[in-house]
Amino acid sequence: MTRLLLQGGRLVDPASRHDGVADVLVDDGRVAEVGPGLDGTGAEVVDCGGLVVCPGLVDLHVHLREPGREDAETIETGSRAAALGGYTAVCPMPNTDPVADNAGVVEMVAARGREVGLVDVFPVGAVTLGQRGAELAELGAMARSAARVDCFSDDGLPIREARLLRLALEYTRAFDAVIADHAQDASLTDGAQMHEGEVSAMLGLAGWPAAAEEMVVARDLLLAELTGGRLHLCHVSTGGAVELVRAAKARGVRVTAEAAPHHFALTDEAARSYDPVFKVNPPLREKADVEAVRQGLADGTLDAIATDHAPHAREDKEVEWAAAPPGMLGLETALAVTLTELVEPGYLDLVTAVERLTAGPARCRRLPGHGGPVAPGAAANLAVFDPAAAWTVDRARLASRARNTPFHGRELRGRVVHTLLRGAFAVRDGRATR
Amino acid sequence: MVLDAADVHRALVRIAHEIVERNKGTDGLLVVGIHTRGVPLARRLAAKLGEIEGREVPAGALDVAMYRDDIGMRPPQATHDTELPFDLAGKVVVLVDDVLYTGRTVRAALDALTDFGRPRAIQLAVLVDRGHRELPLRADYVGKNLPTAPGQAVRVLLAETDGEDGVLVEDAPRKAVV
Amino acid sequence: MQKHLLSAADLTAADITRVLDTAAHLAKVTDRAIKKVPTLRGRTVCNLFFEDSTRTRISFELAAKRLSADVINFSAKGSSVSKGESLKDTAITLEAMGVDAIVIRHGASGAPWRLAEWVEAVVVNAGDGTHEHPTQALLDLYTMRQRFPGFDGLKVAIVGDVLHSRVARSNVLALTTMGAEVTLVAPPTLLPARVETWGAAVSYDLDAVLPKQDVVMLLRVQLERQRAGFFPSLREYARLYGLDARRLDAMADHAIVMHPGPMNRGVEIAAEVADSIERSVIADQVANGISVRMALLYLLLGGPEVVA
Repeated sequence: MTRLLLQGGRLVDPASRHDGVADVLVDDGRVAEVGPGLDGTGAEVVDCGGLVVCPGLVDLHVHLREPGREDAETIETGSRAAALGGYTAVCPMPNTDPVADNAGVVEMVAARGREVGLVDVFPVGAVTLGQRGAELAELGAMARSAARVDCFSDDGLPIREARLLRLALEYTRAFDAVIADHAQDASLTDGAQMHEGEVSAMLGLAGWPAAAEEMVVARDLLLAELTGGRLHLCHVSTGGAVELVRAAKARGVRVTAEAAPHHFALTDEAARSYDPVFKVNPPLREKADVEAVRQGLADGTLDAIATDHAPHAREDKEVEWAAAPPGMLGLETALAVTLTELVEPGYLDLVTAVERLTAGPARCRRLPGHGGPVAPGAAANLAVFDPAAAWTVDRARLASRARNTPFHGRELRGRVVHTLLRGAFAVRDGRATR
Repeated sequence: MVLDAADVHRALVRIAHEIVERNKGTDGLLVVGIHTRGVPLARRLAAKLGEIEGREVPAGALDVAMYRDDIGMRPPQATHDTELPFDLAGKVVVLVDDVLYTGRTVRAALDALTDFGRPRAIQLAVLVDRGHRELPLRADYVGKNLPTAPGQAVRVLLAETDGEDGVLVEDAPRKAVV
Repeated sequence: MQKHLLSAADLTAADITRVLDTAAHLAKVTDRAIKKVPTLRGRTVCNLFFEDSTRTRISFELAAKRLSADVINFSAKGSSVSKGESLKDTAITLEAMGVDAIVIRHGASGAPWRLAEWVEAVVVNAGDGTHEHPTQALLDLYTMRQRFPGFDGLKVAIVGDVLHSRVARSNVLALTTMGAEVTLVAPPTLLPARVETWGAAVSYDLDAVLPKQDVVMLLRVQLERQRAGFFPSLREYARLYGLDARRLDAMADHAIVMHPGPMNRGVEIAAEVADSIERSVIADQVANGISVRMALLYLLLGGPEVVA
């Protein structure tokens, strides 16, 4: 196997609290040594001067669309997009066709990920059969399957019945799994198209009030407290929701939470163009909410940045707003958006930003070998990026099969140079190796 | 200033007499001004004709914005009211305009007028003929023949619209908004 | 003027005045023996109507024809759209046919904006979802101008389902641009979020507002709103917000009642007052609609941009 010496980069490893210039020696898929001025004999030297070396990024929330909607994305194209974004681990949601509510489908998804070999794929299993919200799926079977599922979600849909969420939180204590909820009250958001506020009122689009997310977050936190189960909150988007999580954590509730880059970079003003590339669930919110999400990521109330990467076939988004499905791409732009919108303006320092993209998500689920620490013996899942490189997002040149990125045409700073999966290049010099 | 107020007045008086002579009186005659400055000129002519023959000659106004041949090539022109409070059939209509240049405005006016009815004859009176016709049209009555270069602009001032009477020739390139 | 007419907010006060003045001149075309001018000869206007609306469609059709334009009517029912052809596909087809203007009415808010992205033609919004209906607002303003000297300080009340009304949104925008004082009157459930940012006063009490108004514009209340629970019953709505004989009396003598039509007798307007109002107002609006739409087509298609 190859010996690599990643030389002279700034090693940012939140799990070991390392931030400083150091070399990383990789041998046989593992980190062999970390430190300044390492001996590179017998190793291929990769110059990382001026670059940041960190654990490979971890995305808790993506939609890879396979099986069922391979016209929008496949595990292969999604993996490539992820690797180009600096990711070494992704967690695809179960709202595929067929739904990933049994051992067979989750094993198939994980196996396909291994076959493609660009990132590690850790499937999320559905909580209820067919995500219909009526009966629990065979969570135990999925947990014990080769896919070793330890996170379940009906994402895309809320778990409407409190009783069912309670049962799921209790039942999964047996295998120390996490229930990730998509917080949305169905009756308050029936027919809703965007965030309810000044913009929606003027645009004549039915609105999704912040309260519709917050009341479910409140419910979920109370149930987590009641059951002692592990709760994870998907795509937190409102100031009120951040506040609820903050208070719950202070009380000692076992909850983790994520936020998506579009929720800290864009507001509901984007909808004025009526371009459904900006349509997403939960919707883009108001300035105050965006500010609160940024603060939440800064103070750790929100543990992770997760993209909710949601590819859609071109023709599905080239329609009138009401007819378009919600969802935006995120894998290839997440790191750059984080650096440009959070680090540059000073909400987060670089170490914290990297933490929210690596060690933070790795704490929310069992993802062996990912998130750091970058220490001898650890799997060499690493990303190397240029924090200052400026580039303009071009939707036609993304590796994803889909084009629905809300950042098309925007200039961002931060570009991935290399991504290594167990010591092998998945991305080299900005290009996927396969 | 190539024509002053006195020149303008004399020209109109002469045109009025020519109209009477040619039409052997003012019986069945209508005077219709083309917007914008043709309209006050038409009113003055109608008043003069009324003086000469002792009987009122009706005056009207015609807006040709909708009939121009350059629609879509230049910004849409402002519209004005067309007032033709009489039946055109069997009448002689004297169209009146301030400047005759390419002839395209007159062509538009002929089309507009015929959408209102079928006069027995249409004659044209202009205060100034500056040459450079692009269509085979001529005026029956001309106040002054003014040879000009295409780059020049001819500006007619009238008391009703500009506070004084006069005709100016300017070299500055100005879009001919007739 | 902007290239397209998508929102009433696209028009400045000067633009609106221009449209109304031009409409006044073009109104005379209808009185002539030959009800036509050759202005838009050789141009093609397409009426792309995804929602039924005979009245608006005919108004645009007549307006275009009076300007000598060719008109194609494309109604969604029975066309390839009902077989699943998307708005974008339809747009590409129309573009290939070389239409100069597309007048679109669609059930989805924002559809005209998407259409404008896909075609070179001029796009006119004839009503999109619950968003806007700018030509209706222009014809409403035209009707007001026939009765009142100007808009500055003109007191206009808009009564009814503001939340779902595209007529309300466009009128609020156009009227506030012209300096009118607009008051929105509705039950709280039928007012949009943050409506206080719209530049109009808001009231839940019709009787308090009525006597001071110069214009009372009634909005149509759709029956499905009652079913969706926005107000308990049609009877209660009529009692609190319906225009009946007593309220008509309470209005100033010079005040006028307007309604975009068609009327729901017994709901927003009592049967006994509907007939007399319908006669005076609706008839005007139909004629005015054609003149205003002629003016718009002329100003939008007549050339690169409007000269002051």
